[in-house]
Amino acid sequence: MSVKTYRRKLDIANGHIDLSHGAGGRAMAQLIADLFHTALDNAWLRQGNDQAAFDVAGGRMVMTTDGYVISPLFFPGGDIGSLAVHGTINDVAMGGAKPLYLSASFIIEEGFPLADLKRIAESMGAASRAAGVPVITGDTKVVERGKGDGVFISTTGIGVAPGGLDLSAEKARPGDRVIVSGSIGDHGVAVMSRRQNLSFDTEIVSDSAPLHELVAAMLEAGGAGLRVMRDPTRGGLAATLNELAQRSGVGFRLEEAMVPVKPGVAAACELLGLDPLNVANEGKLVAVVAPDAADTVLAAMRAHPLGRAAAIIGEVVADARRFVLMRTEFGGGRIVDWLSGEQLPRIC
Amino acid sequence: MKYIDEYRDAKLARSMAAAIARAVDPAASYYFMEFCGGHTHAISRYGIEDLLPGNVHLVHGPGCPVCVLPVGRIDAAIRLAARPEVTLCTYGDLMRVPGSKGTSLVSARAAGADIRMVYSTHDAVRIAEAEPSRQVVFFAIGFETTTPPTALAIRLAAQKGLDNFTIFCNHVLTPAAIQNILESPDVRELGRVRIDGFIGPAHVSTVIGTDPYAFFAEEFAKPVVVAGFEPLDVLLGVLMLIRQVNDGRAEVENEYGRAVRPDGNERAKAEVAEFFELRKSFEWRGLGFVPYSGLRLKEKYAAFDAERRFGMEEISASDNPACECGAILRGVKKPADCKLFGTVCTPDTPMGSCMVSAEGACAAHWTYGRFRDEVREAS
Repeated sequence: MSVKTYRRKLDIANGHIDLSHGAGGRAMAQLIADLFHTALDNAWLRQGNDQAAFDVAGGRMVMTTDGYVISPLFFPGGDIGSLAVHGTINDVAMGGAKPLYLSASFIIEEGFPLADLKRIAESMGAASRAAGVPVITGDTKVVERGKGDGVFISTTGIGVAPGGLDLSAEKARPGDRVIVSGSIGDHGVAVMSRRQNLSFDTEIVSDSAPLHELVAAMLEAGGAGLRVMRDPTRGGLAATLNELAQRSGVGFRLEEAMVPVKPGVAAACELLGLDPLNVANEGKLVAVVAPDAADTVLAAMRAHPLGRAAAIIGEVVADARRFVLMRTEFGGGRIVDWLSGEQLPRIC
Repeated sequence: MKYIDEYRDAKLARSMAAAIARAVDPAASYYFMEFCGGHTHAISRYGIEDLLPGNVHLVHGPGCPVCVLPVGRIDAAIRLAARPEVTLCTYGDLMRVPGSKGTSLVSARAAGADIRMVYSTHDAVRIAEAEPSRQVVFFAIGFETTTPPTALAIRLAAQKGLDNFTIFCNHVLTPAAIQNILESPDVRELGRVRIDGFIGPAHVSTVIGTDPYAFFAEEFAKPVVVAGFEPLDVLLGVLMLIRQVNDGRAEVENEYGRAVRPDGNERAKAEVAEFFELRKSFEWRGLGFVPYSGLRLKEKYAAFDAERRFGMEEISASDNPACECGAILRGVKKPADCKLFGTVCTPDTPMGSCMVSAEGACAAHWTYGRFRDEVREAS
């Protein structure tokens, strides 16, 4: 006698993650198939293997790994899912590489609403389709209530860089120009505006975006004139430039008047006593470019939707003390330093 | 930003700097103490020194609330937070202030104490309301500016009938500190600190007004110009002080007229008077015990006083002997004069309180101005 097995559908609207969703049994298989594979669908995931196989072309492979623990999970302009896709793509792209594939591992806390998980997975799928970089393998774990904070996502990204290209943090030379791709501080302010105990109204949304196409346009325009690119995430532009100053053994001289900051970001920073230069970005890059290539690269950036507000904000100088100095709009000089302490935990 | 950008205008700054350059007597020199950390921060943040003639010197004062809290009070807070029933609520600035033996609220929290950063006194009251099983203590610090919000928090807690909310009161008074500096041997006898005038507090003065400074101007013959915290306010304040010195005047003038009245904010003062009374003496880092310089809760609000409820004892602890915070807070030394500055003491690993708060003289100089020092750091 054959019995037709009844499989209860995932109750997305009201259901929650329980420990069985990570236990390796049918419940886990169902979660992966019905929620993750549906949202992230592609040929590799459809094969249902524990790994994804792909051919590699010649050139330099670039690989990065990243963890996402942002709080809150949903913020104006994005969520942990789209952020994980954009952030990983950007880390690959800053090496001058074309991002090809992503992996994603989810660590989910018992009790997490399935509706939120679906929203995150779908946002991840949408971001990855829009960027043309599929999530081809993944993993799911469930931890007991209180042992996580909703959901953490960890990712890997793989890409290929053209042969001969070697962007690196120690390549800044005196005379090089510093270019940012747009207004700074948007992501950090958008996230802070939704923090418990801190919520305030702002029109600012996160700048979370994939930068690989902007990078491709810059490489085409600037070629060997590009020394190094970074996406100034945690610690903001200040941390990135200080790191480059240390690695290259040079100093930076910036003009505050040239640094693009939206009025809403400036106002929020004023209120919270922060410096936009220390606030995180997720869709901006800073490039150090040889002086003769700077104008060409800047023009190419401004022709791209994600670089429309790009600006040259300063230059590299010889400085044994490796200071990042800025002429303030007011007229005096000051240091632009790393941020001390834990001012803004878990913004990515 | 409206009402902000106007006070940071580069063109006005240049004309103000030119006016200062014209006003100074090239044969004289001028030493002005900015009492407040808010001014110290603005001076460093906007590079105001670059806009002043070489014979105009700014001396940093003790007006940084985090900086003047003595080690013993930090130790007492750490000891309090270690009690299992206590949730200590604090402004973020205090978290990294060093107590004795390398401890801080950060290290206490890592060791298991329930310490939470809040942005306002009301957040602390809300926590007490939401978690009735916790003894919620607000670590109340600051000058006259932050005292009225603490008073309002107690009023709110009393209205809500909360019996699990108290404050650890460390509120201090500006005029007492100014008087202490002017009467100190450093200024009066030894001549180690020269002060020709004061840039008076901005936010403090919105509460207490300009009247309380009249005594210093008269008794000690020192001009006081109350100035706002924006960079143009500071420049104009300096110009007004230079003119007073040149004219041989010692008056209280108000550059910050858009926010400060002679008699201050009556409602805020009344609220403070309702809840607080003077302590006979209170210890300041750098200044030592200063008579009638601190506040505590009145007897009728004793139920809200953490020191009484938890039987907190005075802890006497001394600064790291190599740390010059004391001398820096009195204006006797500059941050770069301290052997620890930039070597073992940086904002990441502060040894003294002046390196912690953004308003501290050492932190401001390290973060914004150390490029002006002679080469001495190892990078």
